[in-house]
Amino acid sequence: MSHDHDHHHHHDHDHSELSETELRVRALETILTEKGYVEPAALDAIIQAYETKIGPHNGARVVAKAWTDPAFKQALLEDGSKAIGTLGHVSRVGDHLVVVENTPVRHNMVVCTLCSCYPWEMLGLPPVWYKAAPYRSRAVKDPRGVLADFGVSLPKDIELRVWDSTAETRFLVLPMRPEGTEGWSEEQLAELVTRDSMIGTGFPAKPGAPS
Amino acid sequence: MNGVHDMGGMDGFGKVEPEPNEPMFHEEWESRVLAMVRAMGAAGAFNIDTSRFYRETLPPHVYLSSSYYKKWFLGLEEMLIEKGYLTREEVAAGHAMQPGKALKHGKFDLANVERVMVRGKFARPAPAPARFKIGDRVRAKNIHPTTHTRLPRYVRGHVGVVELNHGCHVFPDSAAMELGENPQWLYTVVFEGSDLWGEDGDPTLKVSIDAFEPYLDPA
Repeated sequence: MSHDHDHHHHHDHDHSELSETELRVRALETILTEKGYVEPAALDAIIQAYETKIGPHNGARVVAKAWTDPAFKQALLEDGSKAIGTLGHVSRVGDHLVVVENTPVRHNMVVCTLCSCYPWEMLGLPPVWYKAAPYRSRAVKDPRGVLADFGVSLPKDIELRVWDSTAETRFLVLPMRPEGTEGWSEEQLAELVTRDSMIGTGFPAKPGAPS
Repeated sequence: MNGVHDMGGMDGFGKVEPEPNEPMFHEEWESRVLAMVRAMGAAGAFNIDTSRFYRETLPPHVYLSSSYYKKWFLGLEEMLIEKGYLTREEVAAGHAMQPGKALKHGKFDLANVERVMVRGKFARPAPAPARFKIGDRVRAKNIHPTTHTRLPRYVRGHVGVVELNHGCHVFPDSAAMELGENPQWLYTVVFEGSDLWGEDGDPTLKVSIDAFEPYLDPA
């Protein structure tokens, strides 16, 4: 912006906030709109749906139901998509969601080493760390080290199973139900289910602990 | 392809850094990129495997230094140019300069939004019986295709056990190159961590991938 510097000085605030990337993204949207490929209002609606409709609350309700309803849990482990399809209040999932269960002898963790595959319908859009090189590179080789980055440590003898999401199958971890929640309702239990506990990099919140 | 995107088992990228209370988007443009990719894919400009391939083929230094949505943006722009949906001149000008090319599924408008919120279906009828059954020992082929593949490098040459059979699915290696869906059987194959990483491996670790049948030999 060396040219016309003095001349434009008075309205620098009009454009100096826009990064090069933002300008390029805006330009692309203008072109796609002008060429009749997309309608900006439809793009707005996609974003709004991601911001309001999908998110880890969907997965949390599935987990809470599995904790309270043994028949549902069994159906969920046999065919995740089909079982979730019976719950009207949760987002529809595609045809291949696999639910993997944590037990006292086995802990599951999900990664996509090749890109960032993630069960969007159940957990929403993935966090930055899930999509970034440190997690993608280390999860399959040093999962205990990765867990330590999250402040999580597991017993030395527990089996660690890492699921690398290399096709269109998606994985959801069913964490263990926290102790001290006997008699809790599904709604109460769902409050304890964290996003990370459904990826396998964390545990559900403990009853009474600040979430 | 053996690109930098194939990161499993690489060292040196540092610690995982979770961000407390991470926002869904860090910049508004990220949300526009997400929406444009979803919209143009749903309109039929490309399939999911092709879009992954364009991100993988970004130069390594660009791939490694770009944020997630920046990679999406760069891949999208290049893909749309190469497929004739827009031109470099239009990108430089920031405006359309010629009429659009017909999209397979037509313009992406409000009526299509619901459709992109449901995950696509990739299962297909089986063209042949499955070659492997659950419990079979299989060796991941030592292949190094220069085009798109979903067989990560760290398992190639290693023996694992078939644990799940997911039925037949669209084969990404073909679909990415627009050579058709070429459905293949898909299995979860589980490997011992000590087989993959030798003495450095965690003895309690098992790692699985979802492997298409052409990636596997009997072992």
